[in-house]
Amino acid sequence: MGSGSTALTGARILWECLEREGVKTVFGYPGGAILPAYDALQHSSIRHILVRHEQGASHMADGYARATGSVGVAVATSGPGATNLVTGIATAMMDSSPILCITGQVGSKLLGSDAFQETDITGVTLPITKHNYLVTRAEEVAPAVREALYLAKSGRPGPVLIDITKDAQQGTCAFDFEAAAPKMRGYRPDLSPAKAAYDKALAMIAAAKKPVILAGHGIAISGAEREVQAFAERACIPIAMTLLGLGHISASHVLNMGMMGMHGEAWVNKAIQEADLLLAFGMRFDDRVTGNLKSYAPNAKKIHIDIDPAEVNKNVKIDLALMGDLRNILLELLPRVEPASRGEWIEQIHKLKGDTAVRDIQNLPDNGHLYAAHVINDLWRETRGSDAIVVTDVGQHQMWEAQYYKHDHPRSLITSGGLGTMGFALPAAIGAKVARPDAEVWVVVGDGGFQMTMAEMATIAQENLKVNIAIINNGYLGMVRQWQEFFYERNYEATPLLNPNFAMLAQAYGIKSHVVKHRSDVVPTVRAARAHEGPVLIDFQVEQEDTVYPMVAAGAALHEMIRRPNPIVETAEDE
Amino acid sequence: MFHTFVVYVENKPGVLSRVVSLFRRRAFNIDSLTVGRTEKDDVSRMTIVTEADPDQARRIVANIYKLVNVLLVDDITGQPALLRDLALIKVGATQETRSQVLDLAAVFKARVLDIASESITVELTGGEEKVDRFLELLSPYGLLEVVRTGIVAMRRGAKSPLVALKAELGPAPAEESDSVSHSV
Ligand SMILES: Cc1cc2nc3c(=O)[nH]c(=O)nc-3n(C[C@H](O)[C@H](O)[C@H](O)COP(=O)(O)OP(=O)(O)OC[C@H]3O[C@@H](n4cnc5c(N)ncnc54)[C@H](O)[C@@H]3O)c2cc1C
Ligand SMILES: Cc1ncc(C[n+]2csc(CCOP(=O)(O)OP(=O)(O)O)c2C)c(N)n1
Ligand SMILES: [Mg+2]
Repeated sequence: MGSGSTALTGARILWECLEREGVKTVFGYPGGAILPAYDALQHSSIRHILVRHEQGASHMADGYARATGSVGVAVATSGPGATNLVTGIATAMMDSSPILCITGQVGSKLLGSDAFQETDITGVTLPITKHNYLVTRAEEVAPAVREALYLAKSGRPGPVLIDITKDAQQGTCAFDFEAAAPKMRGYRPDLSPAKAAYDKALAMIAAAKKPVILAGHGIAISGAEREVQAFAERACIPIAMTLLGLGHISASHVLNMGMMGMHGEAWVNKAIQEADLLLAFGMRFDDRVTGNLKSYAPNAKKIHIDIDPAEVNKNVKIDLALMGDLRNILLELLPRVEPASRGEWIEQIHKLKGDTAVRDIQNLPDNGHLYAAHVINDLWRETRGSDAIVVTDVGQHQMWEAQYYKHDHPRSLITSGGLGTMGFALPAAIGAKVARPDAEVWVVVGDGGFQMTMAEMATIAQENLKVNIAIINNGYLGMVRQWQEFFYERNYEATPLLNPNFAMLAQAYGIKSHVVKHRSDVVPTVRAARAHEGPVLIDFQVEQEDTVYPMVAAGAALHEMIRRPNPIVETAEDE
Repeated sequence: MFHTFVVYVENKPGVLSRVVSLFRRRAFNIDSLTVGRTEKDDVSRMTIVTEADPDQARRIVANIYKLVNVLLVDDITGQPALLRDLALIKVGATQETRSQVLDLAAVFKARVLDIASESITVELTGGEEKVDRFLELLSPYGLLEVVRTGIVAMRRGAKSPLVALKAELGPAPAEESDSVSHSV
């Protein structure tokens, strides 16, 4: 279609706008109130992937977004379709993931009448979207779609929802794509710090003897991977990663210490506690990162670089804030930062590390037990050097993945951090695979979480997606069991699981499957799975009552970690 | 400490509920909130009074700015500004006390709206403290019904933030304060 206006239905305008904005795929599930839009799909080149539950659609959109940085799109009908999206929307909101949710709504004349399948979804999602729209006329469709896509991905990204009444889909109006360009008077995502703030930051960095960079998710969102690395190298500053920061700086980089926080390595947390300057790069001092705030990095000045002014001084008292896009800010700082060596500090960190008795778990004898740590470490060794994306669920396996899979590439780990949504992994992995069909995609998921969204195996089968599923099957809601072990006198109430036969279940969907019970079978099975053309599920039946160490108990100071008692699960080190 | 924010928002459906929902979700208390039209058709104006320490106040401003329909937030706490509360007060007044009530109303420049056999209804506009004081003095006569609008506020002087709106949209540029320098 050329420029100027054409008369189209709201439904056709919807797809036309999405298409012109570069959307290639949507994840959705039909129903009465969204049927006009589905009917109009026949005129569009957009690929629609049919999910098995709308929660899957919103997680797929999220996985798509996290794998690429582009907006993922989910579609659902009104009422139950819309409410089923909610968990995925809240998940995306917490982790600043750009998704667009499109829901059908009852006819505008029926709004507020408790009509069949009417839910006030804009009301429901008000606190868990960056913004949302109720569209009641065909004329409003194009501006809403274009604004929503812009909002979702600009500034601090997040989910945006458009609720479109049935009559707005069916109605006809003149369509002019150009005229619908976003015009938002109040929305200004392009902040930049004052000159003086840069000078001050540089002076603080130059004066620091023991600085640490806290590297977060904002690095990937900003596309600042190279700048952060260059900055760290030039100023010789060790880097600690948040869970959502993993991969954005290569795990094998000499300055990369690894993950901080509740299940981070002890030396990383100790380095933070001993630091005299913390440079927070696109991270929000989540409570899983800081431990007890009263005793958090007591001697450190804090510089916070973040695009969202509402994050400053929220949890941790900041000495200097640079508000704006991380990459832009680092591009200013980089040429001016003084090269340094900081030999003493680096040496001190190495000493801290030595004291944690690091050992290569690969060299430990096979004692007949299958540990999740081994499974994950082997998976890493086998997929190393490839562009593999690992998508994890929530629980113990998620933390072992973070510890024992060494992520060397940005966006190679996709995980629900802020909301900790069980059931996220399988659908998010589908989204990631659709977004990056050439990448190898692994799902690392617990036996509990897998059962929350395992219906999406049907989506994998229907779309014939090469997704590899590794179930870390410990027969428990393991992370909760671990808390019961530590804090509730081992009263394992409601945490043991009676599981189905996962391998047979996979077969029922036409997905090839394996069961692994012995360490010696891990590598051959991973190899077989990688070699197989279609999707594969592996049921890794691991040690049942294994524990994630180290751990900072809730309320404890960051350096007061419960350490590993058992050498079998010492931290992985490369050969 | 009480903070007074003047918030300019796009005059669109649902904006009020977005602002209120934000305060609820972030666990900020609202002491009073008024909303009304302005000299521009497409802009509404809210005056929000809330109890907050300076750090919280800064976070409130930053969070309000995250609402897409918000055009400008002006924290006028401690600034030269006019703050007005309007009250309608129905007070008991018998034959003996009527003149006393009317005297008080005259002193406070309250307008008498209605006189009935056992009550007088007056309208008072003024700063919150003036209204508080007036109510205190009236209370011995029996406050039958009281309604207050909550504060509306405006900076003194010729400049209207709305005029400057085009130039100053969004968070103001980072101030060069000695401790924290960020853009709110
Ligand atoms: C079981 C479990 C255990 C966990 N344990 C740990 C743990 O041990 N350690 C740990 O680190 N986490 C842990 N987490 C995750 C934790 O809850 C948080 O999700 C995580 O720490 C958040 O990381 P982040 O701040 O980097 O990312 P986000 O929460 O995504 O925050 C990103 C920040 O970057 C900013 N930003 C966005 N775009 C830009 C830009 N362009 N420029 C500048 N800034 C930008 C945003 O405003 C935001 O402040 C755990 C989660 C679970 C479920
Ligand atoms: C939707 C949801 N419900 C409950 C929880 C609380 N929770 C956190 S971890 C966990 C156990 C996860 O068990 P499993 O999936 O088997 O993984 P494991 O910890 O055993 O590796 C639970 C129930 C959650 N995070 N998400
Ligand atoms: Mg489990």
